[in-house]
Amino acid sequence: MIERSPILNIVTHLILLSGLILLIFPMYLVLVAASLDLKDVSAIPPKLFPGDQLWVNLVEAWDKAKFGEKFTNTLIVSVGVVTGKIVLACITAFGIVFFDHRLRMPIFWCVFITLMLPLEVRIVPTYAVAANALMPFQVLLDVTGLTWAINAVSGVRVALEWNLLNSYTGLIVPLVATATGTFLYRQFFLTIPDELVEAAKMDGAGPVRFLREILIPLSRTNIAALATIMFVYSWNQYLWPLLVITDQSYGMVAVELGRLVPKITSTGGEVAKWNIAMAGTLIVMIPPILVVIFMQRWFVRGLINTDK
Amino acid sequence: MASISIKSVRKSYAKTEVVHGVDLEIANGEFIVILGPSGCGKSTLLRMIAGLESITSGDIAIADRVVNALEPHERGCAMVFQNYALYPHMTVAENIGYALKVAGMSRADRTAKVAKVAGSVGLTEFLDRRPGQLSGGQRQRVAMARAIIREPKVFLFDEPLSNLDAKLRVQMRHEIRRIHNQIKATSVFVTHDQAEGMTLADRLVVMNKGVIEQIGTPDQVYHHPASIYVAGFIGSPAMNFLSGQVSAAHSAVTLGNGSRIALPTALATPHDGALVQIGLRPEAMTLTAPGMGAFDASFDFAEELGMARLYHFTFEDLTVAVLSANKPAVVPGQAMGLRIDPAAVHLFAADTGQRLSAKPQVPAMSEMV
Repeated sequence: MIERSPILNIVTHLILLSGLILLIFPMYLVLVAASLDLKDVSAIPPKLFPGDQLWVNLVEAWDKAKFGEKFTNTLIVSVGVVTGKIVLACITAFGIVFFDHRLRMPIFWCVFITLMLPLEVRIVPTYAVAANALMPFQVLLDVTGLTWAINAVSGVRVALEWNLLNSYTGLIVPLVATATGTFLYRQFFLTIPDELVEAAKMDGAGPVRFLREILIPLSRTNIAALATIMFVYSWNQYLWPLLVITDQSYGMVAVELGRLVPKITSTGGEVAKWNIAMAGTLIVMIPPILVVIFMQRWFVRGLINTDK
Repeated sequence: MASISIKSVRKSYAKTEVVHGVDLEIANGEFIVILGPSGCGKSTLLRMIAGLESITSGDIAIADRVVNALEPHERGCAMVFQNYALYPHMTVAENIGYALKVAGMSRADRTAKVAKVAGSVGLTEFLDRRPGQLSGGQRQRVAMARAIIREPKVFLFDEPLSNLDAKLRVQMRHEIRRIHNQIKATSVFVTHDQAEGMTLADRLVVMNKGVIEQIGTPDQVYHHPASIYVAGFIGSPAMNFLSGQVSAAHSAVTLGNGSRIALPTALATPHDGALVQIGLRPEAMTLTAPGMGAFDASFDFAEELGMARLYHFTFEDLTVAVLSANKPAVVPGQAMGLRIDPAAVHLFAADTGQRLSAKPQVPAMSEMV
């Protein structure tokens, strides 16, 4: 129901405005803190107006956290994760929607279950797998007694090992599987009329061709929406890189930002440089914001699914 | 170009059978219209020919080659869909040429061919547009062009005109017939619209509940319906039905109230005593003064059709419609006599619904095949 009265308009706008302030104010504080010098940022009560130290702080944060290197790493990982997610989600949804086979529902439910088991929940086993990606196969061999059999016959002890720690692969692969993306694609694929699929069949297009020349061009907006969400998601990854990366040349921005933030344990006797930490925050926020701004038009269209 | 041979084809989904053994021989270059209400299995049959639906049992052969196991594009069929099924992200030219692109034809050859086919259906100036920018009729033309360009052995139409408005539908009907006369490819056209069926078909196939009720030319189907179902389905305004019993002695059918409708002796004699349904087309009756016709009926209301007027009467709780070009003035409630031409009476067995005829009975199916 659409109701228009001036009072209602004012009330709704007030609610919207307070929500906006709630969201924007912390950002503003970050900006203010990033522009103050060490004395002012520690002042009580906190200052609410920007100072003139912004550039100095930004430069110091950039140098201190080696953001140049970290930005490259994070960009590589994010692009890898986004590409991997899109490809995997697209192919999975394609298999679930357009092929009538026995595994269709089991696969669908497996994907669905992963929604309930995010990385944070299964972090220990995932770490174990990352430490040796071939471990599941080793376990299979051990359990079935094949390791013992091979050992007995040839005298060779089978020990499979593929260490993913401290590598881009280790950062990217565990993040690639995406139930959300698969569902987004599935919902879109379900809107494709059967007749279109049949027309393609009559025209002689096989499944791969149909996917490449018809489905993917039609799902451009979906790809954009998914890419946007997933870029922000992987750019902000903290827990997983913190765990698998010990070699700082593979470090990611969010983890590095964590190191900039003063903690009782890490500062020792040092002064808490909140202005530098906030400047670092500003730097780290920029790429996701740019992506969202540039992709916004596509992003909205992809999610509401009107472009057909 | 090719003949199509359908032999005892059945289709089941899980345990429900929807097509119960269909036999149909389609000659090379023939235009066949499969006519029936929704859910009669006509689309399923068409899709089995196309290869979009598997065949539960029986054989379909195109050009004497059994195609049961072939992929749709290997069967040499082109299909025009009800919702056009154009690729929304491609231009008209790309849509028309897609099958050729898949087949690996070079861009230059493709462009030339697309231009030629587009010209033949009047799409030349729209080649760069997207389907979304076209009207319904233009989209239908694109769908046609997409089928034509493949130079298929067989054209399949799945209710292609039902999304168009009435005027455009007639226009596209003519277009389809014109194209057929030009390229003479064997065509199978599925529709529930009898006007489309009657006007387009070389032969009509009337289906009901998964079986073929009758195969014949539009003229045969109209004038010699094989069953009460076909008789009621074909013809607009629809045929009237009355029940009665054949009496050879009077060479007539005696109705419930004792009135008699005269029959040709040749028709009455072999069926003496049979309980029947009489089919009377509205145009086979004429209005006359009360007592002068086969029976009297009370007038309800009339529909003006322009070249004639359709009079609705009540007779023994039944409604009877009579078409009259003379348009006499009648007031509601007035009784009129209905005169019936004995030669125009259709007789159907009351129990089986099959046509009773003077000739030794020949099953309608083998009549044509």
